[in-house]
Amino acid sequence: MQDTIVAISTKLGVGAISIIRVSGNNAIPLVNKVFRGKDLTKVDSHTINYGFINDGIEDIDEVLVSVMKAPKTFTREDIVEINCHGGIYTTLKILDLLIEEGARRAEKGEFTKRAFLNGRIDLTEAEAVMDLIESKTDNSRKLALSSLEGNLKKYITSFRNKLKHILANIEVNIDYPEYYDIEEVTKKELKEVIKSLEKDLKNLVTKSEERQIIKNGIKTIIIGRPNVGKSSILNRFLKEDKAIVTDIEGTTRDIVEGSIIFDGIELSLIDTAGIRETDNLAEKIGVEKSISLIDKANLIIVVLNSSEELTNNDKFILDKVKDKNPIIVLNKNDLKAKIDKSKLDFKHIVSTNTNTQDGIDSLKDEIKSMFKLEEINEDDYTYLANERQLSLAKQALKSLRDAKNSLESDEPVDIIEIDLKEVFDILGSITGESYSDELLDELFANFCVGK
Amino acid sequence: MNYEVIVVGGGHAGIEASLSCARLKHKTLLVTGNINNIADMPCNPSIGGPAKGIVVREIDALGGEMAKNTDKSSLQMKMLNTKKGPAVRALRAQADKVIYKKEMLKTLNSQDNLDIKEGLVKELIIKDNRVGGVILEDGEEISAKAVILTTGTYLKGTILVGDKKTKGGPHGEKASNYLSPFLKKLGFNILRLKTGTPPRIEKRSVDFSKMQEELGSSEDITFSYDNTTALAYKYRLPCHLIYTNETTHKIIKEHLNESSMYGGYVEGVGPRYCPSIEDKVVRFSDKERHQLFLEPESIYYDDLYLQGFSTSMPHYVQEQMVHSLKGLENAKILKYAYAIEYDAIDSRQIKPTLETKIIENLYTAGQINGTSGYEEAAGQGLIAGINASLKLENKNPLILKRNESYIGVLIDDLVTKGVKDPYRLLTSRAEYRLLLRDDNADLRLREYGHKIGLIKDDIYNNFLKKKQDIEDLTNLLKETKITPKNEINNILIKLNTSPLKDGITLYDLLKRPELSIEDLTNFIKLNYSKEVLKEVEINIKYEGYIKKSMEEAKKMLELENKTIPEDINYQDIPNIASEAKEKLENIRPITLGQASRISGVNPSDIAIISVYLKKRGI
Repeated sequence: MQDTIVAISTKLGVGAISIIRVSGNNAIPLVNKVFRGKDLTKVDSHTINYGFINDGIEDIDEVLVSVMKAPKTFTREDIVEINCHGGIYTTLKILDLLIEEGARRAEKGEFTKRAFLNGRIDLTEAEAVMDLIESKTDNSRKLALSSLEGNLKKYITSFRNKLKHILANIEVNIDYPEYYDIEEVTKKELKEVIKSLEKDLKNLVTKSEERQIIKNGIKTIIIGRPNVGKSSILNRFLKEDKAIVTDIEGTTRDIVEGSIIFDGIELSLIDTAGIRETDNLAEKIGVEKSISLIDKANLIIVVLNSSEELTNNDKFILDKVKDKNPIIVLNKNDLKAKIDKSKLDFKHIVSTNTNTQDGIDSLKDEIKSMFKLEEINEDDYTYLANERQLSLAKQALKSLRDAKNSLESDEPVDIIEIDLKEVFDILGSITGESYSDELLDELFANFCVGK
Repeated sequence: MNYEVIVVGGGHAGIEASLSCARLKHKTLLVTGNINNIADMPCNPSIGGPAKGIVVREIDALGGEMAKNTDKSSLQMKMLNTKKGPAVRALRAQADKVIYKKEMLKTLNSQDNLDIKEGLVKELIIKDNRVGGVILEDGEEISAKAVILTTGTYLKGTILVGDKKTKGGPHGEKASNYLSPFLKKLGFNILRLKTGTPPRIEKRSVDFSKMQEELGSSEDITFSYDNTTALAYKYRLPCHLIYTNETTHKIIKEHLNESSMYGGYVEGVGPRYCPSIEDKVVRFSDKERHQLFLEPESIYYDDLYLQGFSTSMPHYVQEQMVHSLKGLENAKILKYAYAIEYDAIDSRQIKPTLETKIIENLYTAGQINGTSGYEEAAGQGLIAGINASLKLENKNPLILKRNESYIGVLIDDLVTKGVKDPYRLLTSRAEYRLLLRDDNADLRLREYGHKIGLIKDDIYNNFLKKKQDIEDLTNLLKETKITPKNEINNILIKLNTSPLKDGITLYDLLKRPELSIEDLTNFIKLNYSKEVLKEVEINIKYEGYIKKSMEEAKKMLELENKTIPEDINYQDIPNIASEAKEKLENIRPITLGQASRISGVNPSDIAIISVYLKKRGI
């Protein structure tokens, strides 16, 4: 039988309330041991109970405890959720207490894994749930919900059906070679189908990559020599939203040092050192560190002091980012401009005055338009919700291109079909219609516990 | 008399089963309703075709008889799909029905350890769920350690023509009316299947001037790897192509309710891929015509087989239908078309060895397992014979995998998925068909044939030489380099391929789609057989694709190599969906791979079983 697992399912240190989730056979009696209030083993399923968490000596926190009995729960096991007051200290203390009582700290993705293994959700749903849990902003939450409803599946199935149709025709030609009345799939037809599929698939991949960026937070670098106003710009964002956070456990491979959330977008700052360090550090080192990270960034904001001529250092920075589509911020626009805007060969230029709020909205608009956030608000949510799906789609695209190459070098149809069948299978595994062991391992490793 | 193996039925499955057991030195008895019908081809006079032709090659590679006998009796040989790629090329022969039978009977009669007996089997001798022989309808008991049932369409066989139902076989023989009720009592689920055959037309009543002639390939090709020349080559006879027309369709529609099928006289399920002409007209009503072939049945007969025109209409309607066809206005029907219904068992009740799950040492092969086709039957017969023999010898069974043979695909489909209508092998049923080619069946399976003992040493040595030649030639081409000299570039230009800028090995040069291996003789002597040249050419030209398929197959084998213990109790495994549990209980797959192919068993179920097996340390 499955043991009882526990995890904190809200982001640690953020918000007024933290939720600790316990799942498994022993979940209810286990929480009951540290709960001072009603006897939880006797309450009805799906009830919320008021009381205190008590470590045997004193009350740790005043809480609301939700009791949900199997099978109508997320994991199809008994689940107890403790709503306690936010704050790292209290939350961790309750977690430790439950572990002392015999719960096991859940592994990454384990709740969702149990939901999947217990037949509660299928593969695409599992992935979408994970996305839902992980999504921090409204826009990405919408993304996740739409995927849950199966838009993605419908979309991919429409691709697959196109392929299925032509594959079936090829098969008939092969298995019934002397049926002269059945039309043979011509290379011209094949070419057209491949071309249209390639277009669709490419769109899906590009669109998804953009969404992926938005979902994970736009990796952002603010770069510029000291005293041009980098931290002032940051503070302007913060002043409005007060939302800078420092991750305790980063979920992305790159170290996210903080994030700014505004209008439903998340900017993940991957290099705050360059902002925070001032003259204390040799100017060059700070800049060089930022430069070394520009390849990892989705968004580069270069801050210049418009009241001063471009220094060599400014020119150095501009040269490094010239192909990276940065936003150039001309700060201190209240002073006399010494930089000729028309001589800057960049598409996105914004003027700001960080002493006021002047220009900050234009900067936000610029960011929003760069990442096509207007489109996000439309109802088209058909894209690949996670890395696994995205990498599969890229594989499918590759196989499709292989098929195209085979076709162009005039290979026979059964050879071309090998790649096309692969595309078909891969598309199937995106929607969870085929099976491989690797897939599950990979999938479960990607689940973020209890969030 | 005491036998080790009794084979019930003398069709294509029964023949291969009997021969393989006898050749493996097990005293074998073939029981058949009528010795004259041994090796009969009651339907089309052809052997092979896409996928099926490759099965015949596989049978040959393993040491079966079908390929050799076809070579002895072929009236026409055709390599199909030559333009569609190496994986789907397949041989098909028009076989002379009379010669085929005669030659096969010769082989059976001269086979040591094999007796043939006429009789109908009524029941099996069963003791402790193990078969011990057969009881004939006349009461005679014959004991044996293993029994192989290859009863074809004879289990409660019923011939249907219009509203008439006659019990019996295709030639008016007695049907076997007791065996399937007996099997049912043992616990087998019995299905009722249906198939049909078209009318036979008298050749001299046909006006061929209105038809398109279809000849075979002109090359001298053979089914057997051991024959170099087709023996009956001299007979080459043409087929003829004709079409149905509006009048034909009108007649069919008018009389639809008189056919057995549409009149509601048929209980059995017919094959989807081989519908009767009335089915075609009804289901594809927008089609103006359907294509038909007139195929020669034998040089000894004046019969032509009207392929594509199978029907269960009453005789007088068949007359009208045939006469509506161009060139057949005055045709005489020698034998009317009919449908036939018969009993089969649920193939999910047999193991991948073809031994039944219910009764030990009882094997089944061919139409009794729900398949259709001579080749599918023969392939199963051979495997059943081999596995019955191996079991008698206490050796491991032969279970061919999906990536090594069409026979493996066929049997895995049968025992894993079961059938609803008669099962026909198609190339699309194979996931790795680039690996399962016509040209490499020997390379895939001869080792097995030799190890089992069906391939003699001298034949095996020829095979080893071929293998060595393939390796040598491949290395030779890898080692031989040509350089961009004028004389070489001139040759290349003449061969319609671009001249060289740098040196290149012949191996890489051959990868150019416009060049064939024969073109390389401009640069190097190639003293190798046609087969070796072809093999090396395919391997080089399609190297990338073959590798890709092999990798795919490897992934599949990972699951395939995870064995599920026979005594697994699915009730003990929590969290499997109940539908999956039921199917797993019924089918009892032997590997996780097989389990994953059962419809209704989901990836999550496989993951759970996998975890469960790991926990139990399996």
